[in-house]
Amino acid sequence: MKYIDEFRDRDKAATLVREISKIAQSFRQDRPIQIMEVCGGHTHAIFRYGLEGMLPEQIELVHGPGCPVCVLPMGRIDDCLAIATQPGVILTTFGDAMRVPGSRGSLLQAKANGADIRMVYSPSDALTIARANPDREVVFFGLGFETTMPSTALTVLEAERDGIGNFSVFCNHITIVPTIKAILDSADLRIDGFLGPGHVSIIIGTNPYEFIAQHYRKPMVVSGFEPLDVLQSIWMVLRQLAEGRAEVENQYARVVSAGGNAAALRAIERVYELREFFEWRGLGSIDYSGVRFRKAYERFDAECRFAVPNVQIADPAACQCGDVLKGALKPHQCKVFGTACTPETPLGALMVSSEGACAAYFRYAAKAA
Amino acid sequence: MCLGIPAQIVRIDDAERMLATAEVGGVRRQVNIMCIVDEQHAPEACVGDWVLLHVGFALSRIDAAEAAETLRMLGELGEVQAELDAMGQSR
Amino acid sequence: MKTVTLSHGGGGKAMKDLIDEVFVVAFDNPLLAPLDDQARVPMSALTQQGNRLAITTDSFVVDPLEFPGGDIGKLAVCGTINDLAVGGAVPLFLSCAAIIEEGLPFDVLHRIARSMAVAASEAGVQVITGDTKVVQRGACDKLFLTTTGVGAIRAGIELAADRARPGDAVLVNGVLGDHGSAILAARGDMALDAPIDSDCAALHGLVGAILAAAPATRFMRDATRGGIATVLNEIALAAKCGIEIDEAAVPLREAVKGFCEILGLDPLYLANEGRLVAIVPAEQADAALAAMCAHPLGKGACRIGQCTERRPGQVVMHTMLGGQRIVDMLIGDQLPRIC
Ligand code: SF4
Repeated sequence: MKYIDEFRDRDKAATLVREISKIAQSFRQDRPIQIMEVCGGHTHAIFRYGLEGMLPEQIELVHGPGCPVCVLPMGRIDDCLAIATQPGVILTTFGDAMRVPGSRGSLLQAKANGADIRMVYSPSDALTIARANPDREVVFFGLGFETTMPSTALTVLEAERDGIGNFSVFCNHITIVPTIKAILDSADLRIDGFLGPGHVSIIIGTNPYEFIAQHYRKPMVVSGFEPLDVLQSIWMVLRQLAEGRAEVENQYARVVSAGGNAAALRAIERVYELREFFEWRGLGSIDYSGVRFRKAYERFDAECRFAVPNVQIADPAACQCGDVLKGALKPHQCKVFGTACTPETPLGALMVSSEGACAAYFRYAAKAA
Repeated sequence: MCLGIPAQIVRIDDAERMLATAEVGGVRRQVNIMCIVDEQHAPEACVGDWVLLHVGFALSRIDAAEAAETLRMLGELGEVQAELDAMGQSR
Repeated sequence: MKTVTLSHGGGGKAMKDLIDEVFVVAFDNPLLAPLDDQARVPMSALTQQGNRLAITTDSFVVDPLEFPGGDIGKLAVCGTINDLAVGGAVPLFLSCAAIIEEGLPFDVLHRIARSMAVAASEAGVQVITGDTKVVQRGACDKLFLTTTGVGAIRAGIELAADRARPGDAVLVNGVLGDHGSAILAARGDMALDAPIDSDCAALHGLVGAILAAAPATRFMRDATRGGIATVLNEIALAAKCGIEIDEAAVPLREAVKGFCEILGLDPLYLANEGRLVAIVPAEQADAALAAMCAHPLGKGACRIGQCTERRPGQVVMHTMLGGQRIVDMLIGDQLPRIC
């Protein structure tokens, strides 16, 4: 497949690994270089292709917070279930959200108990279901970073244009920049450089990350998701470190520009506004890290349309997700990893979806370690 | 996060609604092309475009020159290594 | 449109008509013909074929009932035959129980019964007894089939998962994941148009060819639900050996690759209905592979890996990039994902 196969080339990967090793050897420091991939898609690629094991020991990859499913707090799942179980409601969702546990079970369990919950590939499919079921209330469980935001925004704009009255979105969209900032501001941060989220950056561009280089003096390379992309980006971060630079570089120039996608940004701007704060599983509340519908689009906001209990549930006390996210702990060093917290019974955010660092670790690497 | 894959636009289904058919490895799906259309690039011009697809929305056109440049650079890196290796051996 | 109603399950004339009209006509054979409470089979029919009886039973529920490359009827016949065949048995007889949801159109039922009959006759097995129940709307999903298969195993054939040994070759008979993707696409809720047919097929002929060419074959299993990843894990656990596979050698159709890329699925976990894994000692692996490739259902056969001493109980994949990853058993179903 074009633009896929050529970025999975074994020889080029070997070349990059050699270059990475050369630079890594030149570092004289007593602890490994920590590079955080902010985005769960990178975590997935790293595990799927076994990239971590190909890298020299001096490099440690820290798997960041970038899985929008994992970071949903229990309370939001409970709120979603409260909507899904109201009479007449069809709840539509991406498959990812089906297994995320709330305090009273997951969407999968609610479906088994009789709620009409349907998996869709696209928000536009949810709108199609609304068109086909005019006597039902169709709610879309909107989640994801900036990458996914335009798709829900454009779908809502379409519903408005076509006068579809039985469609709404339970909006859990979150933004990446405040989250990276929250990580950078944490006291015990050890991250040396970042791989930036490639697909988020298609939408927002690379400009919004400049503060990471300028203010925090950390290198960031916006990276694609094929294994060669990830390896090349790691190499680019290392080169910056070796040369004492801290810049925002763009490895994924085939789809990412400095300014982002104007049409997508317009749609986002039109439909959403920032929430003052949004609660994350494992990270707590982060200011301006989530969005909600603007007043003009309130009628498409499931939170306005339905009585939502707005449940607040603290993360279980044993969770050390925050430390793992910041790179202070490796997943298997968490007290409950593999015991109280497993993919079957996740306690923390990072064990929830296959993108979560702990789940990925558990699944692909734990036994090998 | 955000699974996105390269797909090719093979047909415009409804230019007004910005709907087109995209193909990945022979698998087809209707997608929204709003984000890749602008004054310089009309819907009709999208046929044949390679795009980055996410949840049924084409988010960006893939820049063939940039992709080739990345691969060329990696290829060269390999050649330089091979030359260095060869020099190392001949010494 | 004529549909099945509860009266067709009432035990009276309507039920007899349904059975006669749909099933008896399709399956027509002398052992079924008396329509008694049991089919009576001469022992010699079995003893001529082997010295042990093989019995298997399986229930089939699939949505949609009909899909590209097959339907629930063909699936039931082939799936049951395969469960016998991979144990080295010659499949001989099937029973078939149908649970029908009221409202199912008669012509659908007809098509499915005929498809079962065709699959059975092509495979040289007979459906010799059966049962029909009709349940209220909502009590089942359109049609459930339960088939039991009986076969005979020749003296000397001993296939078992725990016989796998380090050094053995891991073979498959063709591209993987077709059935799982075909069904997911046919369900329509992802609105994907995929040119993929189910690989649904009866594998006893292929198994016979493998055993003839490689009599020391240790074990075979059809890679149905949970896909090849699940089968390999079962073997690794049973034999307490490791299994290493080579990602570049795993055969996949382009469309299945595309399908998996779009939905974020791993093809190793997709169901197959006409694919098996064979564990063969290294010295007979080439012979087995040649026999597979010469068979119509083994055209795309290849060697994907081997059993190892290292990492007993684990399946490890050498990725196409040169890395390694563990291929674990899944906890639940694979769900399409966006992240
Ligand atoms: S093991 Fe569970 S609780 Fe511990 S860091 Fe990982 S996800 Fe959080």
